[in-house]
This record gives sequence, structure tokens and C-alpha cells, in this order.
Amino acid sequence: MAHFTKATSVKDWLNQRLAIEKVEKVMASEYWIPKNINFLWAMGMILAITFALLLVSGIFLLMYYQPHVDFAFDSVNYTIMREVDFGWLWRHVHGVAASVVFLVIYIHMFTGIYYGSYKKGREMIWISGMLLFVTFSAEAFSGYMLPWGQMSYWAGMVITNIFSLGDLHLDGLVEWIRGDYVPAQAFLTRFFMLHVLLLPLAIMGLIGLHFAALRIPHVNNQDGEEIDFEAESKKYLDGDKAGSKVMRFGNDFLSKDMMVVGVFLIFFFYLVFYNYSFALDPVNFDPADMLKTPAHIYPEWYFLWSYEILRPFSVNIGLIAFGFAQVIFVLLPWLDRSPNVAPANRRGAFSIWFWLLLIDMIVLTAMGKLPPEGIFSTIGLVAALGFIILWVALPFITMNEKKV
Amino acid sequence: MHNSSRRGFMGKAFGAVAGVGAVGSLVAMKKSWDPLPSVKAAGFTTLDMTIYPEGELITEKWRGKPIFVLKKTAEMIASQTESQKARSVTVGGSEFMIAIGLCTHLGCIPSYNPAEKSFLCACHGGMFNWAGEVTKVPPPRAFDIPPFKIEGNNMILGEVGPEYKAMKDSGITL
Ligand code: FES
Repeated sequence: MAHFTKATSVKDWLNQRLAIEKVEKVMASEYWIPKNINFLWAMGMILAITFALLLVSGIFLLMYYQPHVDFAFDSVNYTIMREVDFGWLWRHVHGVAASVVFLVIYIHMFTGIYYGSYKKGREMIWISGMLLFVTFSAEAFSGYMLPWGQMSYWAGMVITNIFSLGDLHLDGLVEWIRGDYVPAQAFLTRFFMLHVLLLPLAIMGLIGLHFAALRIPHVNNQDGEEIDFEAESKKYLDGDKAGSKVMRFGNDFLSKDMMVVGVFLIFFFYLVFYNYSFALDPVNFDPADMLKTPAHIYPEWYFLWSYEILRPFSVNIGLIAFGFAQVIFVLLPWLDRSPNVAPANRRGAFSIWFWLLLIDMIVLTAMGKLPPEGIFSTIGLVAALGFIILWVALPFITMNEKKV
Repeated sequence: MHNSSRRGFMGKAFGAVAGVGAVGSLVAMKKSWDPLPSVKAAGFTTLDMTIYPEGELITEKWRGKPIFVLKKTAEMIASQTESQKARSVTVGGSEFMIAIGLCTHLGCIPSYNPAEKSFLCACHGGMFNWAGEVTKVPPPRAFDIPPFKIEGNNMILGEVGPEYKAMKDSGITL
């Protein structure tokens, strides 16, 4: 057994048993952050905070929500919204956070792409991040089902039908996923389970992996500069704080992070109190009706771009294009053939590629929301083809990139 | 050496036991997600086919899905093409268009326009004619026909009768 001495303080008592000083070093005071990074690097912290908000508001919603096809709609729209004191607050926080979290994820992702933070040595950070994105998508979709409104029901119908995989006609698989011929009680209860237990657990595990993946290659920086973290952190600990290229995560960098988080939270609660309706689809305020489809079905804004890639083609090709869009981002570290770790603006053709991709996805998003008619279908088709062409072209564009 | 081979054996033996357990539990997990017997048992609906007015689309419900029933008018019967005739179901001397009312694209419910005698699926703009055939993509095929069995003037949905079997074998429906 280890040797224990009489504790001199509560901290010392804990330290002997939990090594809290060591933990503090690893997590904060000797976790090194490069100095030259901008506010875009604070998105990770914003995501962590938003996830916490989702978790807390979700717990309060969970106490009154009823996962039953006859009561789910009223438990949300009547009990929680009108009867429970401050129930509306938890629902608005939950709904707005679910939407805003995707905005921040996209910013986080495109920051990574812009600065080359997925490159050699940092592939696991990228992959674990993309896995998080996928799990968050499943989490958002399963949560969208729970109020059992019209859009919930029909989104559930349409998305689960995708699993029949077009001409493969795997109707048995679709019925297995639903536990019924159509979305019904079994479907609601299992999506409830996924939303409140299994997927959040997976998300927490993946967040752990995402952070762990950061420990060894360390966080990238604005210039893509390769920093010798050992040497620089030694300089810092020896007192040359100004000369060192790195600083402590806690409490030096954290203060900047929290500043950005503060600005974000003001924006966030502005939305919660004054503009919450953008996150709540009006169609979902009609209870689910299995014999009537809403005139126009569309997903939440954050899925529109991939939905639009599915839409303009015939079923099978659409499904292949859709599958392509789901997995292609994961392969980015290998599709980018250039060894340069540098911001896109110093990388020539890649910078054009980056902005084209971003614009293309915004166009896809806009077209996904509009009804699939006339000129909008055509623009959607062009943008969907553009998306595929951009990704196919990426290896060729980056192969000949000159060293910067 | 002796020791390590004993450990090796224990490792393999444990692996085998755990493997059997893992496969067993996967089977149980798969089966737990299957539709319940009560859900399956409720999967039959009997329709009295004498009550339908001619030329008017009526929506019935079977397994939570809408079922389109359209008793064809004399005019429709006269103008039928061969392929439309093959999709027709005759009960008690009248001809019916009967179909699962879900778009074969992604499963929205197309709405019937009596003036144009056609269906429009609002989701992605697919169109069907009154006989259930696709007139505008993306839907990949005509409306599916639910399994049915004819007994006198009744039609039982969910059971497979000879007429349905013939349609399935000839590829008219899935
Ligand atoms: S679901 Fe009918 S056209 Fe897509």
C-alpha cells in the first residue's frame, strides 16, 4: 500500500487519495496551447458548453415527457409548455441549442479544413470529430421524433424508408427498424431510448476520444507552424513566458476561451428568449396524422445540404450520392495529397476549392428548403453534381501543390 | 513455458465462451427489435367492396398505411390500356384500382385530384395516373398493391390470395 501521511489540508487529503494535483496539471496548468490561434479555436469550448446546456435542459424535459403515441404531443405542447413552471424555458433552450450546436459544429469543421488541422498526425482528431458529427446527427434526428408532430412522423417515415435502399427493397429491414409497418409506438419508444440513453452515451465517449486524440499531436495553430511543445513549454516553466510560443490552457488560454463563450451565450439566450421559433417547425405543431402528408417535407436546416444531394436524382443514384456525401468528409486527410499544413489562403488552388465547397453547400442548403420545382431543381442538381466533382477533384488539385 | 501455455489455453477457452455468449445476445437483440406479435396479428383488414361509389377515391387504413380504393367508372374501364388492366382487381363484377397509398419514392401520401384523375406527391413532385402508374418521376414504380384475398364481395388485406399471387409473379407489384 502507498504511504499516507497525516493530511495538512483538505486538498492534501484529496491529493494523497486522488492525485488531484497531477490531474490539474494534465488537464489545465500543463496542457499547452499555442499562442497564435484566433477565436475560431474557441468553438470546441462553445460546443462543450452547448452540450452541457442540452444535457441539463434535456433532463428537465425528460421528467414530464411521455413516450406514448397518444400522449407525447400533449406532454410537450401542453404539459411542458403551459403547466410546468419554466417548462417553456427548458424546451426553448433544448430546441435552440439543438439547432445552434450544428451551426457551431459546421464552423468548427470548416475551421479545421481551412487551417489544415486534419493533416498528418492529426487524422484521429478529424476522424473522431466526424464520428461525433454523425452521432450528433442521429441524436438530433431521434430527438426530432419525440414530440410526435406531423413533421416528426413524416420525417420518421421518409428517413426510415431510405433504409430499404432503393431497388434492393429491404422492406423487412425498414419494418425491423420501426418495429411496426409504419412509425408507431415501438418506433417512438425505441427512438426515445436512443435519444436519452444510447446516443448520449456514445457522444460522451466520443468527446473523450476527441479530446484524447488532441493530447499527442497537440492543437494546430493559425500558421500551421510545427511547434516543439517540449522545448516551448520548458521555456514557459522556466519563466520566459513572453518568449515561449505556448501557454497554459488553464487559466491563461481559458480566459480567452471564456470571453468568446460569453459572447456566444449572449447571442444564444437572445435566441432562446426572443427568437426561439426559428428552431421549431410550425408543421410540427400539428399532431402526427398517418393518413395525411404535409404539403412539403423538409428536414431541419442542418440536414438540408445532404437532403438536397439525395433529391435531384432517381432513387438509386440519389442514394449513392447521399451515401457519398455522408462518408466523404471522413476521408479528407487522405484526399488532400499536399503535405502543407497551412491556412487555405496560402495554398493556391486549395483556397479556391475551400470557398467553392463552402458556397456549394450553402446553395444546396437553400435549394433543399425550397420546393423541388422548375429552376430550383436545376440549381439543386448542378450544386449536387458540383459537390461530387469538387471532392473527386481534390486529390488532383492538391497533388501538385507547391511547398509553402 | 508450461505456465504460459496453460494461460494460453485459458484465454482461448474464455474467448470461446464469450464468443458464444456474444453471438447469442446479438440474436436476442435482433429479435427484440422485431415487430411484436400483437402488431403482426393486427395486420389484417376486411373491406366490404359493395359500398364504394364509382369514380371516387376512398382511403382505407391497413397496417397504419393508407389504402387507395377506386371503383372504376365504365369510362375508365373502356379506356384502359393492357398494363392498366393487369393492375385491375375484380370483386363482385366491379373493377377496382386498389393500392397502398404511399409514394414508391420515399413514402409520402400522394393526393388525388378528381378533375385531372391523377395523383400528385408533394414531397418531390412525383405523379401517378388514376390506375396507379407513374407519370412523372422520381417514383421508381407504380403504386404497390397490398396482399389481398377475395372472398365473395369482401376483400381481406394482409392475406395472399391467388389473384394477388399472380400479380406478384408477373411483376406487376412487389
Ligand atoms: S416521396 Fe413522393 S416523390 Fe418523393
